[in-house]
Amino acid sequence: MKLFRILSRNIRDSFKSVFRNFSLSVASISCITITLIVVAIAIVLSVNVNGFTRKVEKDVTIVVFLDEDITEERFKKIEQEIRQIDNVGTGQKDVIARSKMEIREELMKSSDTYNSVLEKYDTRDKNFLRDAYHVKVIDIEKMEKTANALKKIDGVDTVKYGEGMVERLVTIFNFVRRATYVVVIALILVTAFLISNTIKITIFSRKREIDIMRLVGASNINIKIPFIFEGLFLGILGSIIPIIVTTYGYSSLYDSFNGQLFGNFVTLVKPNPFIFGASGILLLIGMVVGMFGSWRAVRKHLKI
Amino acid sequence: MELITIRNASKTYKTGVTAIHDLSISFKKGEFVFIIGATGCGKSTLIKMLYREERPTSGQIYIGGIDVAKITNRKVYKIRRKLGVVFQDFKLLPKSTVYENVAFALEIFGVPNDEIHAKVIKVLDLVGLKKKAKQYPHQLSGGEQQRVAIARAIVNGPKILICDEPTGNLDEKTSLGIMNVLEAINKLGTTVIVVTHDTEIVDKLKKRVVVLDQGRILKEYAEGEYRHEAI
Repeated sequence: MKLFRILSRNIRDSFKSVFRNFSLSVASISCITITLIVVAIAIVLSVNVNGFTRKVEKDVTIVVFLDEDITEERFKKIEQEIRQIDNVGTGQKDVIARSKMEIREELMKSSDTYNSVLEKYDTRDKNFLRDAYHVKVIDIEKMEKTANALKKIDGVDTVKYGEGMVERLVTIFNFVRRATYVVVIALILVTAFLISNTIKITIFSRKREIDIMRLVGASNINIKIPFIFEGLFLGILGSIIPIIVTTYGYSSLYDSFNGQLFGNFVTLVKPNPFIFGASGILLLIGMVVGMFGSWRAVRKHLKI
Repeated sequence: MELITIRNASKTYKTGVTAIHDLSISFKKGEFVFIIGATGCGKSTLIKMLYREERPTSGQIYIGGIDVAKITNRKVYKIRRKLGVVFQDFKLLPKSTVYENVAFALEIFGVPNDEIHAKVIKVLDLVGLKKKAKQYPHQLSGGEQQRVAIARAIVNGPKILICDEPTGNLDEKTSLGIMNVLEAINKLGTTVIVVTHDTEIVDKLKKRVVVLDQGRILKEYAEGEYRHEAI
């Protein structure tokens, strides 16, 4: 009961204090707001870059060409063998059979030239095209290993997956992803540092208050808790505008581009549920950094 | 019965200045003592050591049997809860009302609201500020602000009240008023230690007087013995 009373008074006083030290609170809140907006922009960029790279990676396909004289029966059986290979996608559409007759028909439909050339190759035996499988992998980094395993299957002639190009793509994407993580983490740290320093300055001006608390016999924890709550409130108040900016800003950005940039080359991450996750992260950063900043600032004044 | 015992305490600051030299003294329960002396005689350092704002470089300071010098920073609050401290500059929270300033000393300990209310009104009545409970410090005179500080210092019912130049910023009439309040508190059983350079007031009150000079006890006067011209 006593603890509850102390805690509820601390919360009440922290709330009062935010308004009583209004100009200082505004300074802290503005600092939190500005830095969190920058963090929000970094999160939006990071998530979209990640989304884009993942999508591109997903689209990378291994094409498995089978022997020219393979029987229809063997062609159908190979699918099972492909599916058993490590790193091959488990979805129904991750391994797609493309018989040479299907390919012929598609080619014939695509242009008149193909149509006239391929017209006479109308049976499996006459058709000089190759039966093939389109295979998607789980981990693009293990693509070469998977391709080699596919090559070893009886009846497989060649395997094509853009050798060299895919490896380079993987390296670049990994670098870009890591870079975005580093930028976001660095920004969060800078935010923490900035907010913590701003709160430190505001608390410095309240050294008298802390001194009085000590003099009347408040323990260190008694002194810290109201300031930590105050930091929490400042963090929450400071994250309101960044959350609004992220929620409405990103949604309208998404709507105005119809979810796509540069034609349909880059697809933006859908606002729902992304904006909720991002808002949660911003609120959490504001709260944690506000509390941590206050705790750090008060701690300095308690070393008497 | 001795409530405070100081044994061979010395205090040398990092700057090399020795403010207190091998000082030994004790204060009894319920006493009213003035510590006087010229500026720089070590009187403020002495009382700062009592409420553990400063630690003695050597020697012991016992308050209610606890060696204050050995208390860590984290545990300082334990000794502070037994003391009330009043300063020359009042140290009030400017954005809190008189009532809130006094209640603050109880709120942090989780005292129930009705008990806080009763205690705060009682001490404000004792210092003559019951009617000004809702005012802010800047709306009060210097003497009234000091009374609020005294009320805050005693609201917890400390056994010892330490006052560091409590009338330093006040005129003579107001100072006397403050001293009357301190006397009233002393009569309720609280040991009162007042550091001052205002010898006229000390002369009028006829209490025990300790005269410090260069960190040592120059003279001691029992109750009623002190005469203004003595120093």
